[in-house]
Amino acid sequence: MNSKGDRSDAWLTELESEAIEIIREAVAAAARPVMLYSIGKDSSVLLHLARKAFWPASPPFPLLHIDTTWKFRDMIAFRDRTAAEAGMELRVHTNEDGLREGVDPFSHGAERYTEIMKTAALRQALDAGEYDIIFVGARRDEEKSRAKERVFSLRNAAHQWDPKAQRPELWNLYNTRLHRGESLRVSPLSSWTEVDVWRYIAVEAIPVVPLYYAAERPVVKRDGQWIMVDDDRMPLLPGERTRERRIRFRTLGCYPLTAAVESDADTLDAIIAETLAADGSERRGRLIDHDRDGSMELKKRAGYF
Amino acid sequence: MRPTLRFVLCGSVDDGKSTVIGRLLYDCRQVFSDQMSRIERESARYGTQGRETDLALLVDGLRDEREQGITIDVAYKSFETPRRRFVVADAPGHEQYTRNMATGASTADLAVVLVDARKGILPQTARHTRIAVLFGVRHLVLAVNKMDLVLWDRGVFESIKARYHGVADEIGVTGFQAIPVSALTGDNLTRRSVSAPWYAGPTLLACLETVDVEEPAVGQPFRMPVQYVNRPDSDFRGYCGRVAAGEVAVGDAVRVSPAGPESRVESIVVWDGTCERAVKGESVALTLFPDVDVTRGDVVAAADAPVGVADQFQARLVWMHDDPLAVGRPYVMKLHAREIGASVTRIKHRLDVSNGSRLAASTLHLNDLGTVNLATDRPVPFAPFEESRKLGGFILIDRATNATAAAGTIRFPLMRAANVKWQNLDISKDIRSRLKLQQAQCVWLTGLSASGKSTIANLLDRRLTIEGRHTYLLDGDNVRHGLCRDLGFTEADRVENIRRVAEVARLMVDAGLIVIVSFISPFRSERDYARSLFESGEFIEVFVDASLEACAARDPKGLYAKAFRGEIKNFTGIDSPYQPPVHPDLQLDTEELSPEECADLLAERIEQELPLK
Repeated sequence: MNSKGDRSDAWLTELESEAIEIIREAVAAAARPVMLYSIGKDSSVLLHLARKAFWPASPPFPLLHIDTTWKFRDMIAFRDRTAAEAGMELRVHTNEDGLREGVDPFSHGAERYTEIMKTAALRQALDAGEYDIIFVGARRDEEKSRAKERVFSLRNAAHQWDPKAQRPELWNLYNTRLHRGESLRVSPLSSWTEVDVWRYIAVEAIPVVPLYYAAERPVVKRDGQWIMVDDDRMPLLPGERTRERRIRFRTLGCYPLTAAVESDADTLDAIIAETLAADGSERRGRLIDHDRDGSMELKKRAGYF
Repeated sequence: MRPTLRFVLCGSVDDGKSTVIGRLLYDCRQVFSDQMSRIERESARYGTQGRETDLALLVDGLRDEREQGITIDVAYKSFETPRRRFVVADAPGHEQYTRNMATGASTADLAVVLVDARKGILPQTARHTRIAVLFGVRHLVLAVNKMDLVLWDRGVFESIKARYHGVADEIGVTGFQAIPVSALTGDNLTRRSVSAPWYAGPTLLACLETVDVEEPAVGQPFRMPVQYVNRPDSDFRGYCGRVAAGEVAVGDAVRVSPAGPESRVESIVVWDGTCERAVKGESVALTLFPDVDVTRGDVVAAADAPVGVADQFQARLVWMHDDPLAVGRPYVMKLHAREIGASVTRIKHRLDVSNGSRLAASTLHLNDLGTVNLATDRPVPFAPFEESRKLGGFILIDRATNATAAAGTIRFPLMRAANVKWQNLDISKDIRSRLKLQQAQCVWLTGLSASGKSTIANLLDRRLTIEGRHTYLLDGDNVRHGLCRDLGFTEADRVENIRRVAEVARLMVDAGLIVIVSFISPFRSERDYARSLFESGEFIEVFVDASLEACAARDPKGLYAKAFRGEIKNFTGIDSPYQPPVHPDLQLDTEELSPEECADLLAERIEQELPLK
């Protein structure tokens, strides 16, 4: 996107250059860098920026995916395709203990399931990899507690975030020095908004999981939200029935925990228009955020991504 | 016009900063209905607006803050209108949070200074303005808030504006826009107020949408710090970085600092191809022909206008850490893409930010601002901060805790360090060591007074000498009779004491000797600094470990007794801290082992780690 002069792209160019600067700075400081790859739109953008930052070389780090085994099938297919196309190593980690104990979002509840299959799984994978720099696709506009997190966010050896022990970040100077066991979560998309992400995907023609585009899909209505029935593991409650609806996802997570929205937006232009006019935030579809006030902050202190 | 405006909002507690941002977001349709219903719920619990929805809750993010009702950290929000894209930093108003204010200001093009119409200009108003300007903000907007509470009285607004003129003049700001607003009602924030027909200027939002903050880029010479050297194979070497100033085109002659070789831009590499030119703000990779030696932290600049290179500077600092500045203590300086050792050699003065007066100071505490002289280990490429934020802004990092201890701005280089050059000598350390049939090294014993350092050092020295090694023993007490006669026992003096001893030890190792240093050396950062002077494997840190009780019971010189009686001040372990090594190369427990056993262990360790030739 170094074609200059297109006014509507001007700030995307600025965001892109800033993100590339952050990625290069982090890699220059890293001993064992890794990129958390969640398959969603933000991950797609992050991966694209990393490839730009190091072109003509491949990004000098692997991708890490925490597989809860409850991702949409479309996502897994997309993941494998994308990693292969980028020529990068893909490391997949599942919490085998949780799997053995049959932890799932229905029988254990969203909060417990997330703790075991996501938060604990992530800690296991990070400990095993001894990563010191961990790229994530977090944006400050996603959630209130993220507005105050640093671009380079310090985690202790237990992967916990302490909002009081954050390092001040001035200019574009990042303090990347670490004691043994500590790590930094690096968020190159900090200043991006949801619309920025979609506009950038459009301008750069970045592939994303088809679930972001509206189509007829099987869903049930549960607690006022549309939940897609991705496979036969989903138990229907009394009175629930599967129906076909034209839906899309604004955010993608584990399928029983991520609600869809009714939509006709089946092109990028339509998605951008819908995002600009949206009345609800994208995380409204994330059921785990609603457990409790300040719940994201509590999760982050515990090491959630 | 700049497509994105980054601004910082500053003001005192209760001036309504978070409400202003909440209102801007709300009126610009950047608040979703689920977020809104959540803050409506929270308003009942934490809100300060009675039955009204408290828009400030949109930005006051963290639990603790919600309960205290204040913002304790910098929060960033991105939002857009059809005319412009914004990133706003919400900086806290509490007086003790100067460092957050500096953080918010460092990336801002413009500062909105918020004043409560009922309270007028407060000491913090001047303070925040001064910090914003010191950290690079060039454009100011004065927003006089809560005008509804003074019934939109024009006289109140005009008198505050006039007083702020005085403040701005004194700080050296040439102009500002003053706007009367009410964040609670949104008057003159996003829509014109019908209550103030006497005000003809723009609303705050209109002002932000149209202000031109572009620095005069034309004529600025090209500068790019190298962040990363991309070498996928032997044929390609791309020097990656973000253009800090000016522009560059294929074929341009460039000079790489600090080494100084000249070359030409062969290509400007971007994703899937190349381009002909790149301008300030763009992240690119350059290839040069002929290829010259370039590493991370070098600066590529226009050949006819290379950047300055120096190792001594005058700089402004804002201290950001609980541990105060220690003059002479080695810190890590991060300046653009370069990390380097640096220490403050002298504090010129501390700045009283409320009135701009200069005060004498021997240290800087958390939230203090001051002007200092700074020396770096090696010459670094730089530009004065006035010219370039990118090449003149830096942070200092504490070596022991890795905390960001300070942020600073380079004012100008000091004296002609350039005239003192390293003389390259023919006889190297290696040659000197080999002549002595040994490997030069520094054995550094640290521990409390009376822990047994001197006794062990003496035994080791004797033993090595008998074996025919060439050694020297530097002892804490002895050195203080001469080299360090002028130093006392304050923290600053202890830092300088260790610095001198470490430098002497380095010279002696350079001369091929095995140097045994026996010093309390209580601070981790100084010992780390000492280690940094030596090559890997040349420095052995030995922790001579005995409890304070044991040392006090031994007390061969009667010092502990005096310290307990208060006759000696700053005594390590009593009223001055001792920071034990975290990962010493060797730990000797002198409560369990005899001095002879310790010396044996040490000699063994020396031979095992660094076989004597």
